[in-house]
Formats: sequence, C-alpha cells, structure tokens
Amino acid sequence: MQGNLPQQETTMSFKNKRAHISDKIVPIVLFMCAALSVLTTIGIVYTLFSETFSFFKTVNISEFLFGTKWSPLIEPKSFGILPLLGGTLMVTVIACLVAIPIGLASAIYLSEYAPTRVRKIVKPVLEVLAGIPTIVYGYFALSFVTPLIKSIFPDVGVFNALSAGLVVGIMIIPMVSSLSEDAMMAVPRSLRHGAYALGATRFEVALKIVVPAAFSGIVSSAVLAFSRAIGETMIVTVAAGATPQLTLNPLESIQTMTAYIVQVSMGDTPHGSIEYGTIFAVGMTLFVITFLLNIVAQWVARRFREEY
Amino acid sequence: MSTATALKTLIDIRDLDLYYGTYHALKKVSMTIPEKAVTAFIGPSGCGKSTLLRTLNRMNDMIIGTRIEGKVEIAGTDIYSNEVDVETLRKKVGMVFQQPNPFPKSIYDNIAYGPRLHGTRSKSQLDEIVEQSLKQAVLWDEVKDYLKRSAFSLSGGQQQRLCIARALAVNPDILLMDEATSALDPISTLKIEELVQELKHRYTIVMVTHNMHQAARVSDQTVFFLNGEVVEFDNTETLFSNPSDKRTEDYITGRFG
Ligand SMILES: Nc1ncnc2c1ncn2[C@@H]1O[C@H](COP(=O)(O)OP(=O)(O)O)[C@@H](O)[C@H]1O
Ligand SMILES: [Mg+2]
Repeated sequence: MQGNLPQQETTMSFKNKRAHISDKIVPIVLFMCAALSVLTTIGIVYTLFSETFSFFKTVNISEFLFGTKWSPLIEPKSFGILPLLGGTLMVTVIACLVAIPIGLASAIYLSEYAPTRVRKIVKPVLEVLAGIPTIVYGYFALSFVTPLIKSIFPDVGVFNALSAGLVVGIMIIPMVSSLSEDAMMAVPRSLRHGAYALGATRFEVALKIVVPAAFSGIVSSAVLAFSRAIGETMIVTVAAGATPQLTLNPLESIQTMTAYIVQVSMGDTPHGSIEYGTIFAVGMTLFVITFLLNIVAQWVARRFREEY
Repeated sequence: MSTATALKTLIDIRDLDLYYGTYHALKKVSMTIPEKAVTAFIGPSGCGKSTLLRTLNRMNDMIIGTRIEGKVEIAGTDIYSNEVDVETLRKKVGMVFQQPNPFPKSIYDNIAYGPRLHGTRSKSQLDEIVEQSLKQAVLWDEVKDYLKRSAFSLSGGQQQRLCIARALAVNPDILLMDEATSALDPISTLKIEELVQELKHRYTIVMVTHNMHQAARVSDQTVFFLNGEVVEFDNTETLFSNPSDKRTEDYITGRFG
C-alpha cells in the first residue's frame, strides 16, 4: 500500500487562496441575510406608519382611540377601536386563564415529577401540538367546543368569544409549558438537593425553589403567550364572530382586531379608501401593543432574574 | 477502638448493600457512628463514601434504580422502615454539599427557608433562629449588617458556612458533610475545620473527605473504604498511627489513591 503512494514533497507553503477568499465572502453573504430581515422589518414598519398617518388625516385620533362604536363599512361610519380592542382582550384573557395555569402545571410536572421516560415522550408530543395549523384549531372550536358550551349555556350563539378564547388558550399551552420547562430545567440540581436535604417535599421544592429561581423565564413565557394570543387570527376569525361590540359577556359574538383585518382584506374594499386605511390603523394598534409587551417581557426578565 | 466504643453509638449500620441498578456500590457495610463526635470517611475516589453518606439521610432515594439491603438505625430506629417520614428524617439529618449551594435568595431567607418549611412563621422567632444559626456557623459577625443581601455576594468560604448555618437552622441532630471544603481555599478550609471542632459538642458529624490530613486533624473516628467495602474503622489516632489492615497502611502512607 505504502509503496503506491507518490513521494511526498516537503513544501512549506502558508498560502491557501481558497480559505482566504471564502473568509471574505462568507461574512458578506451572512451579513446580507441578516440585513434582509432587518430591511424587511423596516419596510413593514414604514408602510404601516405611512398608511396609518394618512388614515389619521381623515379620522380624528381621539375618536379612534376612545370611540365606543366601530362600523367603518356601514353608514353612518364610526371609527372607535374600543369594541375591537375589547374583543381582543376578552379572547386573550380567556386564553391566558387557560394556558398559563395549565402550561405552568405541566411544566412543573415535566421538570420536577416526570420520569425521564415520560418526559421524552410528552415533550415532542407537546411540540407537535404547537405545529398544528391554527385553522384546524378554529374548526375544533366551532365544531367541538362551541357545541360543548351550548350544552351548558343553551342560549349561546354559533360564534362566541368563550369558545375562541378557550381554544386559543389550548393552542398556546405548549408554548407556555415548553418555555417554562426550559427555564425550570435550567435551575441547577444542587439547589434542589439543598432544599431536599432540609426536608422539603417535592412540591415544596418545585414551588419554593424551582419556580422562584425560574421566575423570569416563566414570566417571559406568560407575556409571550399573551402577545401570541393577541395576534392570533385564524381561530378568532372562524369561531368568535364578526360583531364588533363592547361587552363583558364571553358568550356573545365579538370581533377581534385581527379578525377585522381579515374581514376587510378579503372584501373588495378599494385601495386607498378610508375603509382600506382602517386595517393599517388597526394593524398599527396591534403592533404597538405587541411591541410594548415585548419590552415589558424583557424588563421583567431582567428585573426578576435570580442568579444562580 | 478505645474512645470510639467509649462514646454512645448513634448510628448503627449493619450489613448494608447498595446497588445502583446492577452496580454493587456498597458491599456488606457494617459500622457504628458515635454521638457528638466527628466521624470521617476516607478512601480513594469512587469507593462509595458519598453513597454511604447519602444513605444516612436517604438522599439516595431520589436516584432511580437504587436498591438497598441491610439496616441503618439512627437512635434505634430503622430509617428505611415504612413508618419513617423521609422529610422528618432529613430535618434531623442535615447535609452540606461539596459545592456551596446557597439558594438565589437573601442571606436571611436562605437561613429562614428551612424553619419556614417546617412551619415557623413568627418574624421574631425567625430572626432569632437566623442569628443563632449564623453565630453557630461563625458567620454572624461578617454578615449581620447585610442580611438582606443576596447570598451570592458572599465568598465561597462564606457561602459554605452559610450552607452550614442553613442546615443548622432546622435544628438537626446529625450533620453530614460531603467534601465540604474541597472547593475552598486553605484559609476557608481551616475556618470550617475549626467550626467542625466547635459543632461536634452539639451535633454528631459525619464527613467525607478526600484529604487524609483533614481526617487526621478533625475527626475522632475514621472509616477507610475501598471498592464499596469498609476496610477498617477505628479511633482516628489508632487508625493513622497503627492501622491493622495492610491496605489501610498503604493508603495512608500514600502508596495508592
Ligand atoms: N447516581 C449514580 N448512579 C450510578 N452509579 C453511581 C451513582 N453515584 C455513584 N455511582 C457509582 O458508585 C460508586 C461510588 O460512588 P461515590 O459514592 O460517589 O464515591 P466517592 O464519594 O467515594 O467518590 C462509583 O463507582 C460511582 O461511579
Ligand atoms: Mg464523593
């Protein structure tokens, strides 16, 4: 074998043209990929701002923010966003009431109680749940949850905030559970051992050591869940209805901001009209809320970070 | 075994076998541990010192696949019998770990954690416990003005004494220390060794150490382990000056380990 090899010449070359060029090109390509997403974001925000700006040339901004009636498509037109905001908040609050306790409980179970074997099965299943298209959840709400609610409250309509809220909640459970569990698994075992050695039960270790130590991660997961619920579109479009109204009754049909945007986008509203402008104004409102929530999440994560 | 037998026995281990799955980690271990004295476990790494220590507060229960045969009696009670409440046992048998592991809380809350867990609510009572525990761990003078500060603001040696204070706060009878000084600098180590000398008047102390000199300095009784077996246990002075087993002699004279 060795005899077949050509005699190796001893050369001392330190130039490697290939590596040299790729070292210059690769960062440029990578930078352009990063720049692309930044530019896209800037483009989106620019469109949103300019369309919103021209909308507020016609509609008074305080009427928009504080008006309690939303009927931009029917005369007499009115542009008060509160009904849409109220609908969105109702669905979001219901969703969070479902998702945060259940998600947190399942995270505690997975990180503190479940044998490795169970965790290895349950985690991927939860992640698959997170991958189900939201339209499927929408029809699940309409064809399963709503009839279930109807069997308890016979007066409930086909479209209602409760059904949509519950299902949005179910949809975001995996997110809350997965992010909270990651935060809890990151708590060092030595802290748990310290507490067990003092005579703490499993539940006490989970509640008084692990949850406080993972608190910033848990709160960020809750805030993310909240903003995910606010932005959810398909489920509410299918199951919550298209009746913008200010109500506190979750059994009534409402309309969320996202569902309104869908409604107008799907219709034949002329480009540049005032009706068309509303979707940007509503979109802007959504954007601002989500943006503020992200800031809150980051602040919370920093404020409550327990170092270990 | 002159002084060792003269002291009252608190812990009695008889024919103890422990398996991690199929791995036989402790083999027919028998020994007695005297009350209000320091007992040191020595032996090369992996010989089962920590494992035996963890059988005393049943921390091994949490390792899946652990099986145990034989008897461990503390003050006459078989701690593996069904009537024993593990949480109460662990309250009575405190433990300090190799790496200081303070909770990410204030100094005060670290100490108060255990008493609160076991039902102490009154602020004045907690204040009293915190002060007493820190004093016993010879940390009070260093931290009394900073009780609200994070435990992480302390040095490694202070953190370890904090962990000792935390264990003392639930009023244990026995204190287990698993190489509690191996992560510390020589001065902090010395402080903890002095502390152990103080504490043995009130507590029964069982310590694992990889450091023979430490065992010789601070313990009253020493147990030498090899491959999951107890080779020899005796009064520390006797074990180091006149070991009865050849393997003990080889180990303490540094021929292996
Ligand atoms: N959780 C565990 N699972 C399986 N084997 C273990 C576990 N902990 C320790 N062992 C094994 O048991 C033996 C004794 O370990 P240990 O008690 O930690 O020794 P020491 O403290 O004397 O260094 C070692 O061989 C180690 O690999
Ligand atoms: Mg060890």
